Amino acid sequence: MMEQITMGDFQVIDNCLMIRLPEEIDHHGAGFICENADRILMRDEVQNVVFDFEKTRFMDSSGIGIIMGRYRKITCFGGRVYAIHVDKQIQRIFNVSGLNKIVEVLEV
Amino acid sequence: MKNEMELIFDAVSDNESFARVAVAAFITHLNPTVEEMADIKTAVSEAVTNAIIHGYENLYGYGGKKLREGGEIHPGKVRIHCILNKGILHIEVSDRGKGIENVEQAMEPLFTTKPELERSGMGFAFMEAFMDDLEVESGPGEGTTVRMVKKIGIDGWIDCEE
Ligand SMILES: Nc1ncnc2c1ncn2[C@@H]1O[C@H](COP(=O)(O)OP(=O)(O)OP(=O)(O)O)[C@@H](O)[C@H]1O
Ligand SMILES: [Mg+2]
Repeated sequence: MMEQITMGDFQVIDNCLMIRLPEEIDHHGAGFICENADRILMRDEVQNVVFDFEKTRFMDSSGIGIIMGRYRKITCFGGRVYAIHVDKQIQRIFNVSGLNKIVEVLEV
Repeated sequence: MKNEMELIFDAVSDNESFARVAVAAFITHLNPTVEEMADIKTAVSEAVTNAIIHGYENLYGYGGKKLREGGEIHPGKVRIHCILNKGILHIEVSDRGKGIENVEQAMEPLFTTKPELERSGMGFAFMEAFMDDLEVESGPGEGTTVRMVKKIGIDGWIDCEE
């Protein structure tokens, strides 16, 4: 059974919201991620978001929507979007979509 | 060697992962590279998701979200038809949903009619980038058919040279 994302995958550390993304990111699971991320962004007034792709083996354009949407919400307050554990395939998707221009990929 | 398969399933988001995994399983015996496999799964996911959320406007899946606005399910089926011919995969994803008025505009990167749903307008751009060929046939009220072609493994490339 594929592991699903739960509330434990959203963590606030200092002024960062860390989101541990699921194994597969598609439209079916995107709503849960967006809704919970936005709730925490509002509640905790977090400035930055870090997307952790460690578990992620699949992503389609729904992932672009998740990242772009959060970027729009925090950028006006000077927030930034980061990505960690980005493998070759996810990097390709970042490049094709132009997301590499707004997301900073960090080596950890 | 020629091999063919056809799948018909309900147009709900619960079936998105099923659809791409089924197509992936259909081609595994060709020993595709990890990259080819990922490309095909992403392209199938894009076409199937479009059929579900744009064609039939089923924004959420079965179960759970019944009470939210837009949560009702519109009945409809998505059809996937694959033909594997000497290492070349032909995929056809079709729906009988509302169709596309202006296909050329729809295929432009970043164009979306559903920005409020966190869509980015990158679906067709991904299909184009990750597959060797992409063709879209659609009209208002006529549904949509997306045809994609990809060479797989060494066989695909050798046959293509001939
Ligand atoms: N099967 C379909 N039926 C009806 N309209 C469609 C269909 N597929 C695509 N479209 C139209 O084409 C537009 C562009 O599709 P595309 O997949 O590129 O972007 P998107 O689905 O809006 O966003 P994303 O795929 O990045 O989440 C859609 O917004 C929609 O208006
Ligand atoms: Mg799409």
